Amino acid sequence: MNRIQTRLQHNKKILSIYFTAGFPNLEDTVSIIKSLEENGVDMIEIGLPFSDPLADGPTIQSISTKALKNGMTTKILFEQLKDIRESVKIPLLIMGYFNPIFQYGVEKFCKKCKEIGIDGLIIPDLPLEVYEEEYHSIFKNYGLLNIFLITPQTSEVRIRKIDAISKGFIYMVSSASVTGGKNSFGKEQLHYFERIHNLKLKAPQIVGFGIRHQESFFQATKFANGAIIGSAFVNFLRENSIQQIDTFTRKFNSLKK
Amino acid sequence: MKNSYHINEKGYYGEFGGAFVPEMLQPNLAELKEQYLEILQDKKFQEEFQDLLQHYVGRPTPLYYAKRLSEKYKTQIYLKREDLCHTGAHKINNTIGQTLLAKRLGKKRIIAETGAGQHGVATATVCALIGLPCVIYMGAIDMERQAPNVARMKMLGATIIAATSGSKTLKDATNEAIRDWIQNPSDTHYIIGSVVGPHPYPDLVARLQGVISKEIKVQLLKAEGKENPDYVIACVGGGSNAAGAFYHFLEEEKVKLIAVEAAGKGIDSGESAATSILGNIGIIHGSKTLLMQSKDGQITEPYSISAGLDYPGVGPLHAHLYQTKRADFMAITDDDAMKAGLQLSQLEGIIPAIETSHALAVLEQRKFKKEEVVVINLSGRGDKDLQTYIDYFNF
Repeated sequence: MNRIQTRLQHNKKILSIYFTAGFPNLEDTVSIIKSLEENGVDMIEIGLPFSDPLADGPTIQSISTKALKNGMTTKILFEQLKDIRESVKIPLLIMGYFNPIFQYGVEKFCKKCKEIGIDGLIIPDLPLEVYEEEYHSIFKNYGLLNIFLITPQTSEVRIRKIDAISKGFIYMVSSASVTGGKNSFGKEQLHYFERIHNLKLKAPQIVGFGIRHQESFFQATKFANGAIIGSAFVNFLRENSIQQIDTFTRKFNSLKK
Repeated sequence: MKNSYHINEKGYYGEFGGAFVPEMLQPNLAELKEQYLEILQDKKFQEEFQDLLQHYVGRPTPLYYAKRLSEKYKTQIYLKREDLCHTGAHKINNTIGQTLLAKRLGKKRIIAETGAGQHGVATATVCALIGLPCVIYMGAIDMERQAPNVARMKMLGATIIAATSGSKTLKDATNEAIRDWIQNPSDTHYIIGSVVGPHPYPDLVARLQGVISKEIKVQLLKAEGKENPDYVIACVGGGSNAAGAFYHFLEEEKVKLIAVEAAGKGIDSGESAATSILGNIGIIHGSKTLLMQSKDGQITEPYSISAGLDYPGVGPLHAHLYQTKRADFMAITDDDAMKAGLQLSQLEGIIPAIETSHALAVLEQRKFKKEEVVVINLSGRGDKDLQTYIDYFNF
């Protein structure tokens, strides 16, 4: 069983954190991952930076630009992660746009992920249909779970289709938005969270986009199996050191019970 | 092999195209994909579209026999005068069509990206005409370089939002427009300005620009007694004017197509926009196509003296025409383009857009036979480029 599946079986509410590899400094990747695990984070999305991140808001866009300027590349990221499984036990995913992965070679990329001990990939601009037709068997061969997104606009038919092919979890985008949204969740979102919950999907759901404080984490995990925090954490790293990560994670850990 | 240069049912030209977009855009594109052909073929739509093309844009644009240019190059040169369209370029063919389409889809708001500002102006113009609110995304650097077009758009009532991310140019303006669409999925239509982006945009824009080659056929039959020229030449950034000029000749294998990209300061100078030569296959703005990128797949910033040709990708149709060798791709430097622009001004009294000057420069580099008919798509007029011409020639 994949680490993602195991973790989702045992924990009721998952705290998952996204960060962009290569920021604040090129060499911070491993220390951020270790610190997040030590501080009770259940799952990590390691962001492979891209020059043109369409689904991201200003925070992750500017951090990605910074990370690339710092010199982050796919090759360097893999090099940094090569011994990560000697210490880190929690599920690790790589989140990145399709073009850098396509240039690296999808099969070569998946093979490298397996060698390192990456459990899944989130590729926002790799559509379901292309994945099914061209890449599903490669992912399967290397034991990688591909994570699909759904949004409030996704039709039930499509959600069911995504549920059928999802082996890890479904990434529920909280609202019609890019990452780093500043609005609180209103009636509409809460209704959407409940609506998805009532579909009784086979795959667990984790909510992301716009989770940035206790209130939004609490609301998101009321029905879903966890939440992903990205922009808010990346912003935290702009102002604070890696040693202070506990002050960020503490407030969410207290809501997981 | 009939129809091999048109999209297949999955939205691909050969191996290029498709819709590589985040799930957030899936419903918008599905809606557009399901309805665009039906709407384009609807009789009422066509009546309204054709009426505006004729009375508002000023179509058909002339197919002008360029006598002095023909004498100089010892061949038969015709210029398709898209520069005479309202707003000064072919861009408005697309924005009229897409705005009428948006209305039929029940959309209440229009967004667009723009590089040099031509597509932005054409969009703002049609939005004023139809009465829809309009938001234009433009790179912060381009806003400085193209201040007159920013003023035009404002005067037409559009809201201009500066794209301040990444390289602050066209590709970033496109990213910002896509982000806006993600956040306004139901009431907004996104008018892409070229034959780029996810399916069905490349096909939609090519069909709307197809009016150019449709007219060429009719006009050439009248002038030369035959529908098909020997050559059609057009410049390519994203590729919308070329797509339009080629469209009805794609299946006529005897008509040779020449697509002209911007070599900038030279193919090997590191400052170029010759995507088909310097690029390789990848994903940009939702389309699998040829693009300029680092070996890690980061999209790089192209360079050309012409603001309309410095797009790091090329429409998937053109990538396919390049790969199948249906079109011949040439790259023209800044210097050669500027010379050709000056020459057309002084031989024919037409100041072309610098984009178009790249297509004109082919005449210096290729030999055509005396009796051959060469149609060059004069995609836009040079008013917007006057400052660049002035700086270059020290007028």
